[in-house]
Amino acid sequence: MPETPMITIEAVNKFYGIYKALDDVSLDIAAGEFFSLLGPSGCGKTTLLRSIAGFDTPSTGDIRIDGQSVIGTPPNRRPTNMVFQSYAIFPHLDVEENVAYGLKRLKLDASEERRRVGAALDQVRLGHLGKRRAHELSGGQRQRVALARALVMRPKVLLLDEPLSALDKKLREEMQVELRSLQKAVGITFILVTHDQYEALALSDRIAVMFGGRIAQVATPKEIYQRPTTRQVADFLGGMNFMKARITGETATRLSVETPRFGGVTLDKPLGFSARNGTATIGIRPERLRVLWDDARSDFEVAGRVVDRHYFGEITHLIVDIPGMEQPLSVSETNNFGADDIPVGDAVRLAYDPDALVALSD
Amino acid sequence: MAVLSGIEVEQRPAHPRKNRVRWTASDEASGLALISPTLLYAVALLFLPILIVVAYSFWTQDYLTIDRTFTLQNYQTALGEPIYQDLLVRSLVISLVVSVVTVTVSYPIAWFISFHGGAHKNLWLFLITVPCWTSYLLRVMSWKVILGYGGVMNTGLLSIGIIDKPLTSLLYNSNAVVITLVHSWAAFAILPIFVSLEKVDRSLIEAAHDLGDNKLMSFLRVTLPLSLPGVISAFLIVMIPTVGDYVTPKLVGGKDGVMIATAIQAQFGKGANWPLGAALSVTTMVIVSAAAGIAVLALKLLVRMAK
Repeated sequence: MPETPMITIEAVNKFYGIYKALDDVSLDIAAGEFFSLLGPSGCGKTTLLRSIAGFDTPSTGDIRIDGQSVIGTPPNRRPTNMVFQSYAIFPHLDVEENVAYGLKRLKLDASEERRRVGAALDQVRLGHLGKRRAHELSGGQRQRVALARALVMRPKVLLLDEPLSALDKKLREEMQVELRSLQKAVGITFILVTHDQYEALALSDRIAVMFGGRIAQVATPKEIYQRPTTRQVADFLGGMNFMKARITGETATRLSVETPRFGGVTLDKPLGFSARNGTATIGIRPERLRVLWDDARSDFEVAGRVVDRHYFGEITHLIVDIPGMEQPLSVSETNNFGADDIPVGDAVRLAYDPDALVALSD
Repeated sequence: MAVLSGIEVEQRPAHPRKNRVRWTASDEASGLALISPTLLYAVALLFLPILIVVAYSFWTQDYLTIDRTFTLQNYQTALGEPIYQDLLVRSLVISLVVSVVTVTVSYPIAWFISFHGGAHKNLWLFLITVPCWTSYLLRVMSWKVILGYGGVMNTGLLSIGIIDKPLTSLLYNSNAVVITLVHSWAAFAILPIFVSLEKVDRSLIEAAHDLGDNKLMSFLRVTLPLSLPGVISAFLIVMIPTVGDYVTPKLVGGKDGVMIATAIQAQFGKGANWPLGAALSVTTMVIVSAAAGIAVLALKLLVRMAK
């Protein structure tokens, strides 16, 4: 991370009456970063975004954009622009007028204004729809107008409030690719609010996962998916098998545990970890377990019986009961080798990589 | 539109003869059947009287007998006589002034309730309708008490020393008519404006702030244009009935505040010249419609300029 972050959020709290929407949030976001705020609804991610935009004011704490505190600065004087969840396209204006809305204040000469509006519309591939009205646009097109209207202002930070949630799945995936390449092209800091973990994983340089007004973990997509620090984060980002393990040794950074069926392992200790009754929660992702066919052997394997099977097209989820474990394991197998044909009730052996096990705070 | 598309669906079958049978079962037919009592009532009470008035305006009356030969004599009188010209112009000016003032006064109230009414929106709206609970006549009469020579306004101004003798310009002139009518019609202007403000998506106003507008600019560029339908209906709701208002000018207008309705009433009453009264009515209707149309266009133009 470079020396001066583009955005610094420092000990921000936000109260609505006695309800705490933001609870001691501190965060640095670098210039040019694609940063996502991920969490379930009501976790405070939108409040945080709106505080950066200036629509909400933190009860305590400081927000600095490019080194300048923006507490008390109204939204119209902040170097941020926002893409609203509903897109907020002005219904009484056509596409070009929408995009030109913020430029009018800059009193550019007509040709310069037209050039910038045209460039912004080309950037989102809407150059041909300049004269359309909001109600004549599809959801995806409205979204592009909202993007162009914000980007044309050349903000230091672009804020996106669940911009893709109103689109259908296919269009959403297309727009994700486009959003990512757009961010690369313009090089502006993007802050995306989303409750869709796949969206956050696919788009972001870094993700902050939030629960109950607090930031639970900030990390790169790969790290946050593979090395979640809390059970809540692990669960929110995708399927995870949890098990209780007895702690056999503990240092400042490492944790040795004896698991029910995965043997004794030594794992990285998550930040803020505290043992309960000498046990720790250990997790392993379903796709890190693999069915061993016929005589195949692995140094690390567990044996059990298939109790259920869920077919998802490209993958199959096998629910495997392991004797001696409280919860059956969920195994995600690609359908290349016939996992979708394993009959319920069959005995299976599963291979795993001990590196795939993570210790989690509860 | 739903009714129209219903017709299209019904016309699609290959055998045209079936259509007539089917139409009675269509949405349109059942819709019309549902509204027929109201529709007949409205047609009977709206178009029939207007037709009769229009018919009368082309006839002549000699004491009690009506001469049904076609003539334009009444319209020549209605449009040519200086007294009627004056009354028409004055009625129009008063109603325009009343509409402009009412809408201007009502807009901030509607805006306040819509944007800052909070949990008490319904209470505010309820309070606004409270004056309408008393009779219209009583409300007009009470303005006589307020504006009169020894009225509340004059004694009040006297006691705080702003004037040293009672103002006579308050009552029995067109000012009094305007003041009274603005008060009478405010509730009817606030409601449509409030409704249209409620429909303005608040995220649009946030978007305007986000794009650099201060509060005033976002109001002028987003809130006002988007609430224009409400402003226009408020304007029309106030303007159309006030042109023909009879009671208010009669009670508080004095000699200066006489409007066209008084003249029309006189022709149907003491003047015993129904055809001339009818011609004046038709003329007023046409002029009001034209004025309303022009006012609507002017408002739209004004808002287009703001953006």
